[in-house]
Amino acid sequence: MARTVRAATPLFEGAEWDFDTLRRSYDAIAKVAAEELELNTYPNQVEIISSEQMLDAYSSIGMPLMYHHWSFGKRFMHDEQLYRKGAQGLAYEIVINSNPCISYCMEDNTMALQALVIAHAAFGHNHFFRNNHLFRQWTDADGILDYLDYARTYVTQCEERYGAREVEHLLDAAHALMPASVFRHRRLPSASLREEAARRRERQEEEERSANYLWDTLDRAVRPSEADEEVRERKRRMGLPEENLLYFLERHSPILKPWQREVLRIVRNIAQYFYPQRQTKVMNEGCACFVHYYITNALHDAGQLTDGAMLEILHNHTNVVTQPGYGTPGHATFNPYAIGFAMMQDIRRICEAPTEEDREWFPDIAGAKDWRGVLKDAWANYRDESFVQQFLSPKVMRDYRMFALTDDEGDPFYTVNAIHDERGYRELRAALARSLDVSVNDPDIHVSDVDLLGDRRLRLRHIQRDGVPLDPATRDATLGYLGQLWGYEVALDEIRSE
Amino acid sequence: MPHFVDRRLNPKDKSHSNRRRFIGRVRAAVKKAVDESVRRRSIADVDREEKVSVPAEGISEPSFRPAEQGGHRERVLTGNRNFQTGDRIEKPTGGGAGGRGREGSDDGEGDDDFLFVLSRDEFLDMFFEDLELPDLVKRSLKETAATRPHRMGYAVTGAPANLSVARTMRNAFGRRLALRRPKTRKTREMMERIEALEALEKPSPVERKELLELRAELDRVLRLRRMIPYVDPLDVRYKHFERRPEPASAAVMFCLMDVSASMGEREKDLAKRFFVLLHLFLRQRYDKIELVFIRHTQVASEVDEETFFHSRQTGGTVVSSALKEMQAVIEARYPPGEWNIYAAQASDGENFGGDSATCADILGNELMRLCQYFAYIEILEENESQLMNSEANGMELWRAYRGVAEEWPNFAMKRIASPPDIYPVFRELFSKKPEGV
Repeated sequence: MARTVRAATPLFEGAEWDFDTLRRSYDAIAKVAAEELELNTYPNQVEIISSEQMLDAYSSIGMPLMYHHWSFGKRFMHDEQLYRKGAQGLAYEIVINSNPCISYCMEDNTMALQALVIAHAAFGHNHFFRNNHLFRQWTDADGILDYLDYARTYVTQCEERYGAREVEHLLDAAHALMPASVFRHRRLPSASLREEAARRRERQEEEERSANYLWDTLDRAVRPSEADEEVRERKRRMGLPEENLLYFLERHSPILKPWQREVLRIVRNIAQYFYPQRQTKVMNEGCACFVHYYITNALHDAGQLTDGAMLEILHNHTNVVTQPGYGTPGHATFNPYAIGFAMMQDIRRICEAPTEEDREWFPDIAGAKDWRGVLKDAWANYRDESFVQQFLSPKVMRDYRMFALTDDEGDPFYTVNAIHDERGYRELRAALARSLDVSVNDPDIHVSDVDLLGDRRLRLRHIQRDGVPLDPATRDATLGYLGQLWGYEVALDEIRSE
Repeated sequence: MPHFVDRRLNPKDKSHSNRRRFIGRVRAAVKKAVDESVRRRSIADVDREEKVSVPAEGISEPSFRPAEQGGHRERVLTGNRNFQTGDRIEKPTGGGAGGRGREGSDDGEGDDDFLFVLSRDEFLDMFFEDLELPDLVKRSLKETAATRPHRMGYAVTGAPANLSVARTMRNAFGRRLALRRPKTRKTREMMERIEALEALEKPSPVERKELLELRAELDRVLRLRRMIPYVDPLDVRYKHFERRPEPASAAVMFCLMDVSASMGEREKDLAKRFFVLLHLFLRQRYDKIELVFIRHTQVASEVDEETFFHSRQTGGTVVSSALKEMQAVIEARYPPGEWNIYAAQASDGENFGGDSATCADILGNELMRLCQYFAYIEILEENESQLMNSEANGMELWRAYRGVAEEWPNFAMKRIASPPDIYPVFRELFSKKPEGV
């Protein structure tokens, strides 16, 4: 790094922090982020919280406001116990995809850690939230806090009006279906959750007013020749097949009351809000790590961070980006921080100092001096799966000594089908990309058919990818919940994809 | 532009309501665990946190998820040391696919029981549940230390009811002196003089000059009086109170129990709840409570808690032996001048013929003088509960004790058949606020 070393005065010394120091450090970090990295972020709101409050935030899936449910209490007790036993530390920060972008910093952090956390969350994650296409398209950063506030108030009102037990039952069922209730391919019909919520409420009131009990209950005769046509028409009108189970129930369940539909809607909106985060773990964390690493190094080079503070930051940085190798505890999961950070550092290397191999693999970016532009383009336009497919270089595969295993049912052995060599690079890269693709790893389940005028049995179909079945115990329990919301029989058939 | 918010002072227990909901959901299991630990724990530390393990079924959160086995899977790992393409690695036996099995449990999703810690308050809530205590009692039992407000000088802020008039007026007086506020009397004299001068038909030039001067002077004086108020907000003082823990003295609690064969597990369990509750009540008032366990058959002996509740002895029943033993222990170790003496006796009501009169005698003449409070419970079979309604009849011991109860107001007796019956024994003890203990 050929940066001129300026002897600036350090921003802080020692471990203690106060709000003046925080503000001063924030400004220095913001300067590097804006002038050297040219990040484009939401305005920041940094909140200092205690460890108890961090535990609170953990349990309600990281959101500052959430409706009440026993499962959050369960999570809280679980985390609290691990924390008290010392088995699990707490995160240094939590960051929320909202505008302004809220990041929580723990009061126990040292000043060096606060600086690290601000660079990581308030600039790294923030930039990613604001620019990545998935977040821009699918989430509403302006409205999310209002929406959660509305959701909590609404659920509380329901509890008052219809009984806590009733609401709890409904939420139990809705939570079971939550992972299977996102639109994966279609865009949400409305851009603003807030507007949509208001419109929905109006529509619901209008429907209640205009219900005609006399006409709605009359049977209309059907001629047999029209039966086939009818089925197709019926499916078309109900929008079948439908992958978003809660959306389908909300619209078509014969037994739900209006308030229950609204609660289902809240749950599925929250699931949808988190869907982009699940698809971009590697990129999101990689982006944040890259940014904090760059900024803290820049500040250190400029003499604004003392050597002691920098060592502490590096120590924590290293802990975060550690990837245990095969045969060591924890090797089974890929650390998104590690792989994300390594790939982004590698992209910068390819731009600045490409090797022959890089020129062959990445002709368009190798030697393109503008690594900022390349990275920002990647941050904006990719998700984990496509990012790996596009940018994972042989060097990173070699550095991590990656290898791919296949595991076939009935075979007592795993087979190594690719390692980090010339023959294996492409296969390895594709396998890693697939393993990060949420839409491949989530079970593919949709509502295939239902005859509302006949037996009203709700038919679901699970298309098994690579013959992987559903876990039978949780499947049956979840179907039970589905039955509770549908009110009639439900059936699930599993077919293998070709 | 950065916006820093200090949230540390926000309420902490945001998860409290979720936690409560969760405990409500696993109520049956938690209740069982609490009952179990009341049995297991010693009386003095019943009210602690408790680890509770509940079966995973009632609190599982299912969803559609892929099975852990079956089908064709691929994974990418790091840290290859010596594998080549095409190598075969033996699958670990009896586990999920290479360590995947445990992954689910980091969010409490495992098949194992869910373990969590019940706080002291939650524990006591459960314990109180079937004792049917009034809410007020529950709340005050959960308070760890009783405090009472003590005068701690004066403060510049406070409730109007605490206004210290004397101190406020003293400050006002000092301020008026220091700032030389013109006195009312002086003002009045000046006004009278002015009136007198004005009333003159033909004032001399000297008098006219005096009048002008006096008028100017009066103006100044009145302005000063307006500027320097009689009582200024600055002067106001309030009596300041600080809550201080009650200075409490020491108490000793005697637990007397009949351990002859007729006392089964159910009876002992009820007795234990009775002792625990009395202990909790006493904890409210005393810093230090010693426990003395005296069990008896036809002879009595002082034992430790473990032996008291768990070991069996055979023999007859002579209740007076326990009272004598208690008397002996008091004499030897607990001079009544220094100790507040409480006693709780549990029995199934049987006694050796003719001994009950002796008991009443010992109590009436000796023990009741020394005791702050003596509570007696007679534990009935569940099918005898109709007996509870009739105070008069009963066995010899009951009748003898009734005589004592009539004579001594600090003697309480009650028949109980189930946990809800216990509390009324203490009702008086609790409602009677001890003065100056």
